[in-house]
Amino acid sequence: MWDWQYARSILPKLLEVIPTTLAATFAGFIIACLLGLPLALAKRSRMKWISIPVTAVTEFIRSTPLLIQLFVLVFVLPQSFGITLSPFLAGIIGLGIHYSTYLSEVYRSGIDAIPRGQWEASIALNFSKARTWTRIMLPQSIPPTIPVMGNYLIVMFKETPTLSAITVVELLMTAKVVGSASFKYVEAFTLVGVIFFILSYPSALLVRALERRMKRSERRGLAR
Amino acid sequence: MSQIIQRMDENEPIVRYRNITKSFGDHIVLKELDLDILPGEKIALIGPSGSGKTTIARLLMTLEEPTSGTIEVGGEMLWHMQRKGNWVAANEKHLHRVRSKIGMVFQHFNLFPHMTILRNVTEALVHVLKMPKSEANQRALEILERVGLKEHTQHYPAQLSGGQKQRVAIARALVMQPQIMLFDEVTSALDPELVGEVLDVIKGIASEGDMAMILITHEMDFARDVADRILFTDGGLIVEQGTPKDIFENPESPRLQSFLSRFLKGQSELQADTRIAAGTE
Ligand SMILES: Nc1ncnc2c1ncn2[C@@H]1O[C@H](COP(=O)(O)OP(=O)(O)OP(=O)(O)O)[C@@H](O)[C@H]1O
Ligand SMILES: [Mg+2]
Repeated sequence: MWDWQYARSILPKLLEVIPTTLAATFAGFIIACLLGLPLALAKRSRMKWISIPVTAVTEFIRSTPLLIQLFVLVFVLPQSFGITLSPFLAGIIGLGIHYSTYLSEVYRSGIDAIPRGQWEASIALNFSKARTWTRIMLPQSIPPTIPVMGNYLIVMFKETPTLSAITVVELLMTAKVVGSASFKYVEAFTLVGVIFFILSYPSALLVRALERRMKRSERRGLAR
Repeated sequence: MSQIIQRMDENEPIVRYRNITKSFGDHIVLKELDLDILPGEKIALIGPSGSGKTTIARLLMTLEEPTSGTIEVGGEMLWHMQRKGNWVAANEKHLHRVRSKIGMVFQHFNLFPHMTILRNVTEALVHVLKMPKSEANQRALEILERVGLKEHTQHYPAQLSGGQKQRVAIARALVMQPQIMLFDEVTSALDPELVGEVLDVIKGIASEGDMAMILITHEMDFARDVADRILFTDGGLIVEQGTPKDIFENPESPRLQSFLSRFLKGQSELQADTRIAAGTE
């Protein structure tokens, strides 16, 4: 059933696409992080004409499958707006936008967790709105969200096979191609599974260790 | 601008509350309040819980907006500004400018937990007053020394006792050199043995004279020692005011009389309670 020699022979081909897969993950994650913050601020805005539409759009994106959004980027954009993106670019943008809606919730909970007294002290010391955000609010609200962010990074990594649907050559796509060439799917797909596990499990352990460390320092009262 | 400051002689109030009403929903918390505060004057606000003391301070610190009425600070409207000859609600820029004359110390310190003690004190100097860092550090060190915290400049707030935290908060407000400083029950969250060190620091600042202060407090001895004038609030009104001697020795209104007697009784009960809780009785 299992052909060790064959498995060994296809392994280099699979390893070869790991950089693409990781690049898509990290690029998507960076987009999600950068986009998530303004989304969070917009959703918390007291100006209803900002908060309501932004909330509506993010809820929509969050409640519809990533796959559909990728199809929109690849098929609808060129047709309706004449914008053609490479599959990889469409992939990271889709991944980034989709997860920015999740990360915006993470940011928001971080911001909401800041005691009201911090805002009041900022006003009493006459900090401008901008300074209050950059010097007081964000430096306090982002560090506690880092473990959750780490978890989303891993989730996004595991989501990359979805990109194969828009012909991004990542792990699953490569396995399918390799497998169909020899009709030996078991080895190819098993190896893909093993690669995902080897990369994401230690990362998950790392995130958990980080989380424990932050909890400890919080108990010592240093985090807050 | 300099003319305005020059005109402000000793008898010209630095703060004027005029006909201030504040309500939350249909709950009226302050009713048509008038209050003048002279430069350098030390005012103690006493009164039962919910009588509106904190609200009086928060309106001046711009943490709460009046429902109606006006507040003047240094001859300028706080919550209003003129645009094309009409009075309109103040914008952020106007608030920012007028608010710079006011400082506040809170019951729960509200220190910035992610900054060292030194940075807690220098942050607004550098980022609000745009002072060079070296000068800000020097000013902060002087003030921290004055409140007895020179050894703790590189510590974080979580590493300090409540009394030390509150002294940092006082230094942080003081370093901005406000003309009016508000203290809202700054010892209420402290363990009894730490109250003294904070009150001593405030007494020290008060004795230097030039800054007006509003002291909201339940420490009657402290109010008597520090205040030039004591205001007794009840039900959103200033029911009675006068010198410490007037208020404590000759309270006129029945409400103040009963407050003071209830207060003294309450205090001895509280002490008895803590003794029971501590198992010494
Ligand atoms: N943000 C708010 N929303 C609704 N009601 C409020 C708000 N802030 C204060 N109040 C109400 O206004 C009244 C006066 O409150 P305030 O805090 O000024 O009283 P206080 O004299 O400082 O009392 P204490 O001695 O308990 O601090 C209280 O009844 C309080 O419940
Ligand atoms: Mg109060």
